[in-house]
Amino acid sequence: MPVTPRQTIALIGNPNTGKTTLFNALTGLRQRVANYPGVTVEQKLGELQIDGTAVNLVDLPGTYSLAAISPDEMITVDTLLGQQAGAPQVKGILAIVDASNLPRNLYLVSQLIECSLPIVIALNMMDLALAKGVAVDAARLSERLGIPVIPTCAHRGTGIVEVRRALANLCNGRVPVDGPRFPERVEGALQGLQRALASLALQLGRSIQRVEAERILIDTEGLAARRLIDKIPAFGVQLTAWRQQATENGSLAGLEAIIRYQWIRQVTDVAMTQMTSARKTVSDRIDAVLTHKILGTGIFLAITAIVFQSIYTWAVPLQDGIDTVLGWMGKHVTSLLPAGALQSLIVDGLIKGVGSVLVFIPQIALLFCFIALLEDCGYMARAAFLMDRLLSRIGLSGKSFIPLLSSFACAVPGIMAARTIDNRRDRLATILAAPLMSCSARLPVYTLLIAAFIPPTAYLGGWIDLRGLTLFAMHLVGICVAIPVIWGLKCSVLRGQPAPFVMELPSYKRPSLRLVAFRVYDRVHAFVRRAGTIIAAMTIVIWALAYFPHEATQAHAIDSSALGRIGRFAEPAFAPLGWDWRIAMAAIAAFPAREVVVAAFGTIFHVGAEVSETSPGLRAALQTATWPDGRALFTLPVALSLMVFFALCCQCGATVATIRRETNSWGWAWFTFGYMTALAYAGAFAVYHIAIALGG
Amino acid sequence: MALLPTTTLDAVAPGEQVTILTLRGEGAVTQRLAEMGMVPGAHLTVVRYAPMGDPLEISLHGYHLSLRRREAALVEVSRCR
Repeated sequence: MPVTPRQTIALIGNPNTGKTTLFNALTGLRQRVANYPGVTVEQKLGELQIDGTAVNLVDLPGTYSLAAISPDEMITVDTLLGQQAGAPQVKGILAIVDASNLPRNLYLVSQLIECSLPIVIALNMMDLALAKGVAVDAARLSERLGIPVIPTCAHRGTGIVEVRRALANLCNGRVPVDGPRFPERVEGALQGLQRALASLALQLGRSIQRVEAERILIDTEGLAARRLIDKIPAFGVQLTAWRQQATENGSLAGLEAIIRYQWIRQVTDVAMTQMTSARKTVSDRIDAVLTHKILGTGIFLAITAIVFQSIYTWAVPLQDGIDTVLGWMGKHVTSLLPAGALQSLIVDGLIKGVGSVLVFIPQIALLFCFIALLEDCGYMARAAFLMDRLLSRIGLSGKSFIPLLSSFACAVPGIMAARTIDNRRDRLATILAAPLMSCSARLPVYTLLIAAFIPPTAYLGGWIDLRGLTLFAMHLVGICVAIPVIWGLKCSVLRGQPAPFVMELPSYKRPSLRLVAFRVYDRVHAFVRRAGTIIAAMTIVIWALAYFPHEATQAHAIDSSALGRIGRFAEPAFAPLGWDWRIAMAAIAAFPAREVVVAAFGTIFHVGAEVSETSPGLRAALQTATWPDGRALFTLPVALSLMVFFALCCQCGATVATIRRETNSWGWAWFTFGYMTALAYAGAFAVYHIAIALGG
Repeated sequence: MALLPTTTLDAVAPGEQVTILTLRGEGAVTQRLAEMGMVPGAHLTVVRYAPMGDPLEISLHGYHLSLRRREAALVEVSRCR
């Protein structure tokens, strides 16, 4: 039997059509992430067996149109048209269409018809359409479009076998031709442009298909035209001339939409029947409550409180469990192996390294359980609707609310949650500012220093005290800094037109627990695979720095370690913050994770590494630590400077690794680390000197 | 259906049904609005405004869409009686 190269089919459709559910139903867990350099959205590649032949299915991000404005949207179009480097050549299209929302879904279909590829349509959510009083006739739709149409209910698994069967013959199927027709003027300009582009094929290094030529002509602010002009600047004048030829006045994009919706009208007239006059659906009634001015806001606050509480406190017993198991393992290794480099590597390097990865899993799993539930039932869009006004003032949209709020528990799941933001610049601004939110890992640092150095002065008859106020102030610092940071990013590296906030509010539906479970598994798996290795590696590097060169005879080996030397070497740099080399060393040791600073202080101030932030021994050791000349080391200004440093710094390997993973770029990860370290240094410097000036 | 004086979508009260006349502008935002079905002749209903007064929720072609006032200001509509 001749070996035929594996064929690739693209799955494409509007957002909220059940695309992921269909993809999972077709491929099971035989999927992997396709990674292209510089791409922030991920495409999933799945494999499905049809009659013993393996076929690739690439899951393209949900989109309403092929008019690409952002680089991420352009990649979707490029993949579809076989122009994306590294992506397999697409031989056929599986288009998923929401039957309950047929007209708007057909807009994308009308563009897909022009791609010169065979198409199969999965007509999903037939049940929801009926509930809305809309009947769609799949056979008539198929006949009218000249495309096989298969009714499905992906979340119930119906129609999947039929889709599979249709895909078997897809790549040899015929290409649909019966799409919308442009007026002669536009058609003439389009063909002229195509000829002009054909003569540039050598210069461009590729030929441009009709669909792309269409986008170049029509999308005045689109990426297809911009990248062409970037490559061949002289073509700009020609393009303007073609555009003028296409339309005398008015917007070409507007004209395109009018023509496509006219065609859609003809199709729906044949294939769709509105059985009842627009009545209030169950979804409308739910919405009336959930987006109500008072009731809706109250419910929103309650839901966010539950989500926040879950990652802030419910995750703790699970995290403690992981700690206990790893501590037990460490003890066993200590008793089994002789003291020395190997024992230390396994106990303080490997086990701690693995532990620092595992400890995030409860929070990630819990947050994504909630996010997947809220997203799948349709509430997430309402949350963004309710919160948009608040966040639009700093240039973001309502979609940034959940990621930023989650970051108060932990920036790692918060950054991962930013995937729900479709605008690239908003998403990056959210990711870059998320680590400024005061996460739970900062609490041990605050607890230790506040208990040791802030007097418990009570105010308002004992209702609040200075310690509580300080803790509150530390949380405020992050927010107050994040606002100008986001604003600054939006004016500089992430400059651009404000993103339109045109967002579909999908009908409410019962969430699919299978999809939720899959999403949680997918996120945890991705974190452990991609970020986990980096975090574990960083922990081991810091271990090595603290361990070597090792002299067993010395009582306080850390003082003479590479880390100790780095601390001494760096002391002048940290002197303006009021720190000595030991504090500097603890801060450097805490690079993989902030909370490590507590254990580092324990080791450095000779209390032992087995301390917690509430140990009286450690508190006393810090209170009595002195400079060589006998002055107290930790004064109030130094304690404040240290707290502010930890409030603003990005001393968290997991955050850096997650940003690298989510943005697919080390550049953004180091940018975040760099700007936060600079802010932390400046903030600590300012607080130290202000506190001294105020006589602290 | 008698057409009343035209206005822009951001000035329409909740519960009112309107017909789209034109979209202003030629940029990406206008294009996105058109793609979502906001083409001349389409009917839409303003469902509600968010608690803080922005954005607004509309219903058209049998689905619900949220957009900000500044985007709604690009949409010229006439009120249906």
